[in-house]
Amino acid sequence: MRHVVSVLVEDHPRVLTRITSLFARRGFNIESLAVGKTHVPGLSRISIVVLGDDRTIEQVEKQLNKLIEVIKVTDHVEPHVERELALVKVRTEGVEERLQIKEIVEAFRARPVDVGRTSSIYEVTGDPGKIEGFIAGLEPYGVLEVMRTGAVAMSRGEAVLKPRVKKEAV
Amino acid sequence: MNGAEAILEVLAREGVKHIFGVPGGANMPMYDALYDRPELEHVLARHEQGAIHAAEGYAISSGRTSVVFATSGPGALNLVTGLADALMDSVPLVAITGQVARSAVGTDAFQEADVTGVTMPITKHNYLVQDVNDIPRIVREAFVIASTGRPGPVLIDVPKDVQFDEFTGSFDVEPRLPGYNPTVKGHPRQIQRALEALAAAKRPVMMLGGGAHHAAEPLRKFAEATGIPVITTLKGLGVLPADHPQVLGMPGMHGTVAANRALQHADLILALGLRFDDRITGNIEKFAPNVKTVIHVDIDPAEIGKVVRTDVPIVGDARWVAERLLAGAKPLELDDWWAQLRAWQEAHPLPMPERERLTSQEVVRAFWEATGGEAYVTTGVGQHQMFAAQFWKPKFPRSFITSGGLGTMGYGLPAAVGVQVAHPDALVLDFDGDGSFQMTMQELATLVRYDLPVKVILLNNGYLGMVRQWQDLFNDKRYAEVHLEESNPDFAKLAEAFGVRGFTAERREDLKEVAEATLAHEGPVLAEFRVYNEEGVFPMIPAGGSAEDMIIEPPGEVQS
Repeated sequence: MRHVVSVLVEDHPRVLTRITSLFARRGFNIESLAVGKTHVPGLSRISIVVLGDDRTIEQVEKQLNKLIEVIKVTDHVEPHVERELALVKVRTEGVEERLQIKEIVEAFRARPVDVGRTSSIYEVTGDPGKIEGFIAGLEPYGVLEVMRTGAVAMSRGEAVLKPRVKKEAV
Repeated sequence: MNGAEAILEVLAREGVKHIFGVPGGANMPMYDALYDRPELEHVLARHEQGAIHAAEGYAISSGRTSVVFATSGPGALNLVTGLADALMDSVPLVAITGQVARSAVGTDAFQEADVTGVTMPITKHNYLVQDVNDIPRIVREAFVIASTGRPGPVLIDVPKDVQFDEFTGSFDVEPRLPGYNPTVKGHPRQIQRALEALAAAKRPVMMLGGGAHHAAEPLRKFAEATGIPVITTLKGLGVLPADHPQVLGMPGMHGTVAANRALQHADLILALGLRFDDRITGNIEKFAPNVKTVIHVDIDPAEIGKVVRTDVPIVGDARWVAERLLAGAKPLELDDWWAQLRAWQEAHPLPMPERERLTSQEVVRAFWEATGGEAYVTTGVGQHQMFAAQFWKPKFPRSFITSGGLGTMGYGLPAAVGVQVAHPDALVLDFDGDGSFQMTMQELATLVRYDLPVKVILLNNGYLGMVRQWQDLFNDKRYAEVHLEESNPDFAKLAEAFGVRGFTAERREDLKEVAEATLAHEGPVLAEFRVYNEEGVFPMIPAGGSAEDMIIEPPGEVQS
């Protein structure tokens, strides 16, 4: 089963290493990982796509929570949005091909970010299925390079990933 | 005040009395500061591994967070085994290591190693100090993290220039740990469910692990109020006195028949402060096949449900939960269950095979009888460790100090150093093997330096005995690289060369006399007992097996 896990962390040196090292040594499977700062100074947020059964995902959550710099973990089982951005460089040589590619690009609501004589780069955003569909659509023309950010996710509605209020003294 | 002095100031404020360690180039400022701090007693080990196992023995036997110092590079890397050991066995300790100066970090400088990188997976948390004024907060956080929740080791790496920097900050700082909030109070409804399940159980057992020592008193009262049979894991030995009538002994690979059969037939397991290690469960598919309700109490939520399916999870401190369980304890109707358990106990006591030669089991028993169990015991790892676990019956909590999860040979002698420092007036025995002892035997010098009257009881079988036992059983007696006898030193002479009283005994008729002489000597002693060399530890559940596969008695062997 594919799960998207969001992790709120303190923005400290090596915090990403702690997380990837944990996944490596416990044998958890990462499909993708995306990280960035949040609007709160000192806090970063990571989205990890993990493959595993329910028991594995439970361990992923619990083991992540044991890391001191991890503030909050959520496995997105509730309604959520998931987005990924990809840059795709494709061969664009013939006039006929360019027109066909333009059609595909429009259908996927992608947009050109670099147009060259023999190749162009397109930016596409969406859920991973859409990204894969876009790449597959361009495949016949010669996909030269793909860079995907990995999925980022957020719960719908009012649910917010934020530090817990401390109830118990340690 | 410089950074090094600030570190010592925070340690003093944390109530630290003892520091174990070894100085070197990158932590010299801390040692220079220590020179003016007589209230912080330093114990110089002869190897950093010795220092950290001593710190472990100190922490386990006293419950106090211990402190270890090492220099950069090799000094810090020599702590690695001890850190991993302390993480596995949940030992609260703070390691403070020197690091090369910030400007030299990353340049392959002399005695440089990426210590925070290396120790990341084997510490509960670690720090690299970048700013001298962070020292009070970081050291305080380290103590909070090490000693609360599930205890564990925390390492603080301090570049040498930070140790020299002028400290201009405040000592009046609070830890800042927004992501750290261990759950101490178990959920009242789950505790209620546990009591209800227990009342309905026909064949319950309580399992106590290393996380239950601080809850010994309410747990004993709870056991006595309910009449429930009690199993103590290797790390839980002594939580209840091992000779308490309700204690069935240790479970698992070399556990008692009664404890393993009890788990095999139990309909309810109430487990506190343990993590169902594979040496306890064997084949997890066949572990406790008749159990209907597993109640698992642990401070670490990640341990609950990790190995064994759990029906009543209780995340919380063992003592806090034990007190609530005690408040709701009612006598259970367990006559039939106890009749069965007593029958197993009587039919299968721990085997004490009769050999022509002296046996390890006899030696352990002789010391137990001579001391009445009033001693702290440390061990190395291997056959002698299991014989000690079987035949030393710990009388009180925190008195059996052994490397459980990591299984670190060489643990016994340095751990005994730490136990003796923590309990200067207590009797401390290190049951050791000839293989284990030789991994850290330089710490005999530490016994002498501080006049620590530890008694090393060396069970010398001339083999890496546990490996030999497995080769015997599973490798068709192909004894590859386990013979030590021909190249072993004369241990008594070795001890004497260090200034430790040395004894040697080989004959059964000398056992009692040598044991008494060992205990009567005021200073440190090494007593070598040359024991039957082909003994195996039994009962034994082969790795990956279940209680059904238990080999109860030593198979027929040629007597030597």
